[in-house]
Amino acid sequence: MNFGLSDEQEMIVSTVRDFVEREIYPHEAEVERTGEVPMEVAQEIKRKVIDLGFYACSFPEEVGGAGLSHLDFALVERELGRGSMALTHFFGRPQNILMACEGDQKERYLLPAVRGDRMDALAMTEPEAGSDVRGMACTAVRDGGDWVLNGTKHFISGADHADFFIVFVATGVDDTPKGPKKRITCFLVDRGHPGFTVRDGYRSVSHRGYKNCILEFYACRLPDAQVLGAVDGGFEVMNTWLYATRITVATMSVGRARRVFDHALSYAAERKQFGQQIGKFQGVSFQIADMITEIDAADWLTLSAAWRLDQGLPANREIASAKLYASEMLARVTDATLQIHGGMGLMDDYPIERFWRDARVERIWDGTSEIQRHIISRDLLRPLGA
Amino acid sequence: MKVLVPVKRVIDYNVKVRVKADGSGVDLANVKMSMNPFDEIAVEEAIRLKEAGKADEIIAVSIGVKQSQETLRTALAMGADRAILVVAADDVHTDIEPLAVAKILAAIIKEEEPGLVLCGKQAIDNDLGATGQMLSALLGWSQAMYANKVDIDGDHAVVTREVDGGLQTVKVKMPTIISTDLRLNEPRYASLPNIMKAKKKPLDEKTAADYGVDVTPRLEIVKTSEPEERAAGIKVGSVDELVEKLKEAGAV
Ligand SMILES: Cc1cc2nc3c(=O)[nH]c(=O)nc-3n(C[C@H](O)[C@H](O)[C@H](O)COP(=O)(O)OP(=O)(O)OC[C@H]3O[C@@H](n4cnc5c(N)ncnc54)[C@H](O)[C@@H]3O)c2cc1C
Ligand SMILES: Cc1cc2nc3c(=O)[nH]c(=O)nc-3n(C[C@H](O)[C@H](O)[C@H](O)COP(=O)(O)OP(=O)(O)OC[C@H]3O[C@@H](n4cnc5c(N)ncnc54)[C@H](O)[C@@H]3O)c2cc1C
Repeated sequence: MNFGLSDEQEMIVSTVRDFVEREIYPHEAEVERTGEVPMEVAQEIKRKVIDLGFYACSFPEEVGGAGLSHLDFALVERELGRGSMALTHFFGRPQNILMACEGDQKERYLLPAVRGDRMDALAMTEPEAGSDVRGMACTAVRDGGDWVLNGTKHFISGADHADFFIVFVATGVDDTPKGPKKRITCFLVDRGHPGFTVRDGYRSVSHRGYKNCILEFYACRLPDAQVLGAVDGGFEVMNTWLYATRITVATMSVGRARRVFDHALSYAAERKQFGQQIGKFQGVSFQIADMITEIDAADWLTLSAAWRLDQGLPANREIASAKLYASEMLARVTDATLQIHGGMGLMDDYPIERFWRDARVERIWDGTSEIQRHIISRDLLRPLGA
Repeated sequence: MKVLVPVKRVIDYNVKVRVKADGSGVDLANVKMSMNPFDEIAVEEAIRLKEAGKADEIIAVSIGVKQSQETLRTALAMGADRAILVVAADDVHTDIEPLAVAKILAAIIKEEEPGLVLCGKQAIDNDLGATGQMLSALLGWSQAMYANKVDIDGDHAVVTREVDGGLQTVKVKMPTIISTDLRLNEPRYASLPNIMKAKKKPLDEKTAADYGVDVTPRLEIVKTSEPEERAAGIKVGSVDELVEKLKEAGAV
């Protein structure tokens, strides 16, 4: 066993961290205040990342990426997690499900996404179907040789900047012994396509400036060429490609927690009450001890899940454990850090209240904590027939 | 033209420095180490010279503990072509003094015959700021220290230097030794393809003994102490109060 990083990995970590500190941190306060990323800032970040060869770095070299392993990419995302998500969105991490593109879909979607010419967004969730993805009400029905889509998606992140959308819709129902089961198909839909509208979404307490939108499909006609993967094969592409991306929330939570922890540590060492540094009170110092222990645990859990992906080992449960533990850890770390800052922790003069708000969504999106527990427990109990 | 760039592994400039309990120096166990920021500027300047077609090979050299290899890999990832590591100490707390460093560099320069040495004006750990000047004396080469602008033109270099009270422009004969000041340039990030290529670039490992240089310290550190803590400031409510306080303090 070797827990060390290679020289290359050390340099990847220090380069991305430097980048986040120098190119992302300085814009955070403004994004927080206005809830917007200025277009020129977004373009500048994107251009610099492309120049550095980090744009779409998890994609294979054959399609223009850098061919990073899951572990290397987890390190990149961990460092990105330190910064504002609204801004790091432009660091450029297209959905790897685009690797399922076939034929001229590659020229139209995959390659421009990897080059940074077109940005994507991924749409599964609907008002009536969140955790229960298969319960989706968006449909596509055959009409001549085409498909006609109807329905609504919501909470779609990055849709405000997306040039095209990866959309999952129901294309039929199968009768099974357990009752009716929907067949799902994945479509590629361009912004501005007739019958397709992107509307402003809700305002979230977490990650200001990283917007989510509502997508509406009304008699939206698409040819077969827009199907990603096979017709009725939506779950297959989902399972093949989205499985590994669940680790993103875990890695980013760890990076963010380390940034937050540094604030807790230095405040505990500097702030004096009752004639001494508050870090000298066990009530504070033991919180510091618990925080770093949990952060390290989440870090190793996450990196080992990424390593399993690289080894081709089963990692479904490990990824779920990492997502569950890291997001819950971040909630505890941000809460304790705020507590250590006393009243000032709540004030928006400091970034602490923002870290605390941001952390809240990590336990919800990309599969809630309950759904992760469901995945973990089914993985263990199903083989026993329970 | 070959350019030689010495790079030093120092405590990262973001780390809050702590003095060791026995006052013998600064605690370096388990702290983040990085390339000396002025050396990063030197590497950047060398890369720019290469990009401008004025240099064809950049050799990074580091003298110190074996871990200085990481610093060299960073230089290679930024764009240096090859590296020489001279292991001259086992303990991370051992600082190789400028004269010993200059002697080792002089020996390497005899072998490599670079047309230019670009070094940092000082290392942020001991702040001695002497290596470049000593090297110039040992080699009998010209020197231009504290560069804020460098222009290489055939057999001479025109260098703008930061001096007390302003800027001074000097013209020096090549080969020469130039030390970098803070405003010379802004070092680049290592790009991902260069990070991946760095491992494949040659890194020669040598020892101080290979160059016949005695690195035994000649300076004795008597004591290292923390800077005195500054007294907390006060907040004033108005300009009048500010003026009053300044008068009290005898500042106006
Ligand atoms: C800011 C934001 C951005 C998002 N971005 C995207 C995006 O880009 N694309 C996209 O497709 N989706 C996106 N989502 C949707 C996100 O993935 C869902 O919010 C998430 O899957 C939960 O669905 P829901 O909100 O409908 O909650 P529900 O599924 O309605 O869950 C409500 C509660 O019930 C619990 N629950 C549900 N089922 C079970 C069960 N079987 N056992 C135990 N408890 C259960 C849940 O854990 C939760 O506590 C985003 C969400 C947010 C908040
Ligand atoms: C919105 C708001 C409104 C307020 N309104 C008023 C008001 O109207 N009037 C007023 O007078 N004050 C007011 N306060 C101040 C409030 O009472 C203080 O914020 C609170 O007493 C904590 O003090 P502090 O923020 O300076 O934190 P600190 O005292 O600096 O505490 C920092 C951290 O150290 C911990 N700590 C401190 N001492 C110890 C110890 N001995 N052992 C273990 N842990 C310790 C604390 O629990 C905390 O986690 C308000 C505060 C807020 C946020």
